[in-house]
Amino acid sequence: MNREFPEKLTVILLLAAVCLCIFGAATGEMEDVFIKAVNICMECIGLG
Amino acid sequence: MAKHLRKIIQAGWGLLSNAYVRGFLPGQPFIYSGALKHFCVPGMNCYSCPGALGACPVGALQAVLAGRQRKFPAYVLGYLAAVGLLAGRFICGWLCLFGLIQELLYKIPLPKITIPERVDRPLRYLKYAVLLVLVVGLPLLYRSEYGAGDPFFCKYLCPVGTLEAGVPLVLMNDMLRPALGWLFRWKMLLLIVCILASILIYRPFCKYICPLGAFYSLFRKMSLVRMHVDTDACINCGACSKICGMRVDPHLAPNSAECIRCGECMRVCPVNALSFARAAGKQEKAAVH
Ligand code: SF4
Ligand code: SF4
Ligand code: SF4
Repeated sequence: MNREFPEKLTVILLLAAVCLCIFGAATGEMEDVFIKAVNICMECIGLG
Repeated sequence: MAKHLRKIIQAGWGLLSNAYVRGFLPGQPFIYSGALKHFCVPGMNCYSCPGALGACPVGALQAVLAGRQRKFPAYVLGYLAAVGLLAGRFICGWLCLFGLIQELLYKIPLPKITIPERVDRPLRYLKYAVLLVLVVGLPLLYRSEYGAGDPFFCKYLCPVGTLEAGVPLVLMNDMLRPALGWLFRWKMLLLIVCILASILIYRPFCKYICPLGAFYSLFRKMSLVRMHVDTDACINCGACSKICGMRVDPHLAPNSAECIRCGECMRVCPVNALSFARAAGKQEKAAVH
């Protein structure tokens, strides 16, 4: 029996994911991402 | 038009998310540093690309895990889970520049390679190991004597950073060249292998290596974008399996981890048995039959 994952549950999980995201943003994680993203990343380009 | 719609969207998104023209002007190495860099793009797109307007989610995840404070990456994980739940690997088929680059390379008219199934199947699990070890495990656990972590995937494996950031920045800036060492040569070698492999094999990086594709595939059965087979309509002609570059049999396994939701199979199905449809709609239909 191949039952589909209920769409309502997906929406609930989606809301939980958005809350997690907002929580992370509120604890300053967006700044960590920002600082990493606006400086040339030596590891990405293969220098360090 | 419908045939080219996906390519137009892939290219349009790639251009839009790398539209910082000033970064491509010769002179000092310079990348965009405005407020949009607080946000991640949904696909693989190096944040050190001179044109990038957003952050790479895989790079961002490693940056938080490798930070001195060892924070739980709630913002990045929440974002990735939300994208996964909304669209899953639909992102791979439609909104990832590196996916498009591999598809275009595959169009180069040279003989193509079909990896034997007994090699192909186990190799597909490699991307989950890359996700677990290089993106999560080592950045979280390793600390140098000075307490600094390392983004292992970006540093040792990712060909996206080399192509989108390393090559243009090094070409445009003389001052970076003296700093090039074994790591740059190693990453260039990986990039060349990736490019050659992409000419011969359809999306090899997506199939075997990409940790972001691996993460999104975890949501294949849950995401709002799902594929459905109308088993009453399907005549088992196999046209869908034949066209699928990811080697999925969509009429048998419509929500395979390997399906990038490109929709090519839907286009060729002679009886329109395949569709992106909502789970609830399908359940109602199943109840009537
Ligand atoms: S598997 Fe990775 S590189 Fe390929 S399209 Fe998906 S996110 Fe992009
Ligand atoms: S192309 Fe359509 S009819 Fe043919 S096997 Fe696939 S789903 Fe069934
Ligand atoms: S099964 Fe269809 S939608 Fe999925 S990757 Fe193959 S052709 Fe694309």
